[in-house]
Amino acid sequence: MSTDERSSQGPHRRADPYAATDSEPTEGTVFTATGQDWDDIVRSIGPAPEERIVVNMGPQHPSTHGVLRLILELEGETVTELRCGIGYLHTGIEKNMEFRTWTQGVTFCTRMDYLSPFYNEAAYCLAVERLLGVTDEIPDRATVIRVLLMELNRISSHLVALATAGMELGALTVMTFGFRERELVLDVFEMITGLRMNHAFIRPGGLAQDLPPGAVEKVRDLLDLMPKRLRDIRLLLDDNPIFRLRTEGIGYLDLAACMSLGVSGPPLRSTGLPWDLRKSQPYCGYETYEFAVQTQTTCDAYGRYLIRMAEMEESLKIVEQCLDRLVPGPVMIADRKIAWPAQLALGGDGLGNSLDHIRHIMSESMEALIHHFKLVTEGFRVPSGQVYSAIESPRGELGVHLVSDGGTRPYRAHFRDPSFTNLQAVAAACEGSMISDVVAAVASLDPVMGGVDR
Amino acid sequence: MTIDGSHGQVDGTTDAGRPDDDVPAPPGVVTPGPGPEGESPAREDRAIVTVPGDDGRVEPIAEVVGTKTGMFGIDGTGDTSGYGGLVRTIAMPRATRAPYGGWFDATAESLGNALAAGGIAWDDAIESVLVDRGELTFFVRRHALLDVCRRLRDEAELRYEFCAGVSGVHFPQDSGRELHAVYHLLSITHNRRIRLVATCPDADPHVPSVVSVYPTNDWHERETFDFFGIVFDGHPALTRIQMPDDWPGHPQRKDYPLGGIPVEYKGASIPPPDQRRAYS
Repeated sequence: MSTDERSSQGPHRRADPYAATDSEPTEGTVFTATGQDWDDIVRSIGPAPEERIVVNMGPQHPSTHGVLRLILELEGETVTELRCGIGYLHTGIEKNMEFRTWTQGVTFCTRMDYLSPFYNEAAYCLAVERLLGVTDEIPDRATVIRVLLMELNRISSHLVALATAGMELGALTVMTFGFRERELVLDVFEMITGLRMNHAFIRPGGLAQDLPPGAVEKVRDLLDLMPKRLRDIRLLLDDNPIFRLRTEGIGYLDLAACMSLGVSGPPLRSTGLPWDLRKSQPYCGYETYEFAVQTQTTCDAYGRYLIRMAEMEESLKIVEQCLDRLVPGPVMIADRKIAWPAQLALGGDGLGNSLDHIRHIMSESMEALIHHFKLVTEGFRVPSGQVYSAIESPRGELGVHLVSDGGTRPYRAHFRDPSFTNLQAVAAACEGSMISDVVAAVASLDPVMGGVDR
Repeated sequence: MTIDGSHGQVDGTTDAGRPDDDVPAPPGVVTPGPGPEGESPAREDRAIVTVPGDDGRVEPIAEVVGTKTGMFGIDGTGDTSGYGGLVRTIAMPRATRAPYGGWFDATAESLGNALAAGGIAWDDAIESVLVDRGELTFFVRRHALLDVCRRLRDEAELRYEFCAGVSGVHFPQDSGRELHAVYHLLSITHNRRIRLVATCPDADPHVPSVVSVYPTNDWHERETFDFFGIVFDGHPALTRIQMPDDWPGHPQRKDYPLGGIPVEYKGASIPPPDQRRAYS
């Protein structure tokens, strides 16, 4: 209806009870849309403050990797601002360790990042050993088994990262594949340490016990099966158009962002920087193993997925080399003032101190009993000072800052957990993207809240 | 004997040929100084322990930061253990005399040059240098922390571009410098690590924030503030991060109890961990 027509029909309009009124709107902005290009109209509207809403995602949300709370400011479906709320899983592990002996500390720190317990234990034990100055005295067999367990743990941890990432993108088959394959690794852990998680198996000075009979064969079986299973996941995801659309270009973090935000691990290697502490600052004899540092140059979630897949394949190679190097020998340091006096053994009533050892201290040697009692209740003393030891966990640089005052307990134990630091980068990776991509970006950083909050 | 943090001895002197004007005390001998309740906060008055190593090389100079008395965690009355009169000192390594060995000397020299180029005297910025267990530590005066960090990150010979966060340590008996903020820096360019320690007293718990140099320290400084009460001046939003916002106290401080309740098992009562017998 043209303007001329309306003015000529004026009196009749007033009479129409269903016609719109002339009254001015009392609130909000009036937008007049008359036959223009829709994009121009949208642009002329500009940001509408009333369209901005704040959404609390979590802390109870299946796609937040535990109890992560994301506070999102949304404009439509676009994330304009993102902040993380953490601390829901804070358990005071660092404080608790100050009230236990150096050996008991392992039992606490293994529970931090519950997907990579062996890394927590190894990082802590390497720090204690450096404080003691006994790094070179750790038996070879113990070191090889540590590497073996750590690399198996990298596989199980990356599998969970893939499984949860797939689930969060709606690919439930990836989840069932990932957790099924992880179970194979956890079966090996259960056979070797008695537990699927929270092992407390690596101890200052060596290991809690030697490999049980049949463990090597079980690991070899896993080495036969796992490559095929990993190939299945690759076939499912590598060229999956939906998966690639959901992950390519998502969660972008370039090298400058990673450096300034302290991001390490697969997100850092997805920028093309081959920084892996196993290669650059070797520990546990990693310099003698053959493996390649995996990098991508995409800086996005898809690149991190590719890196995790390739790292699992490299880990299998390292595990194979470990099996070839396993020669019989002690798994605990020879220094009797540090070494845990007894090895564990399976008795009729479950896992405990070996019966030989019990017989020795109870009926053969008074001194051995005193020695056992002193080491187990009081613990060994560690010369005063502080160290920082860092290892490459599946999520990045896991650093341990240990301070000793010369006593039988850590004066201060601080863990620089990679999840904690990487999670800081979520805001940088997500602001400006769609809300559905937040899930993919968080999953690609793979934070574990047990490690974030400790 | 004083903590020798002087920087002028970076030369080719070997360990064996190093002039050692101070005769080191025998192992474990403590030079008496004012106790932890002493009034003087001057560092020169502190008790210093030196321990010569097996090869004649003098170990890092340790400083007494506190004492422990008794045994088994018993205090007050009722110590029938016979250890009630036992007094042990807590001595932490604090300084090493130059030369430090390896790349440590070059790093210290580069840092000194960079600071000098900015018009900052070495002694005004660095309290002491410590080489212990193969790790290099700079004890930085807190007012110079930001200057030191910026030069460590930007100088081509230093390039510590990666910060692994800040960790707090609380020494309640170390009067005048109870709270330590410990930074671990990594140079990916040169594949080296160093540690910075800035201290502040309990009465004035302020350390400048390094977020402007290392943005990664945002959360780390919030965590250290949360647990130790160190206020990082200049932090964009220094709030608690792990504990609830209205939590009273700073849990990782040594004067904050661990808490816990006694647990009964088969008629016996097991005290909470911080009230059990302690040997430390």
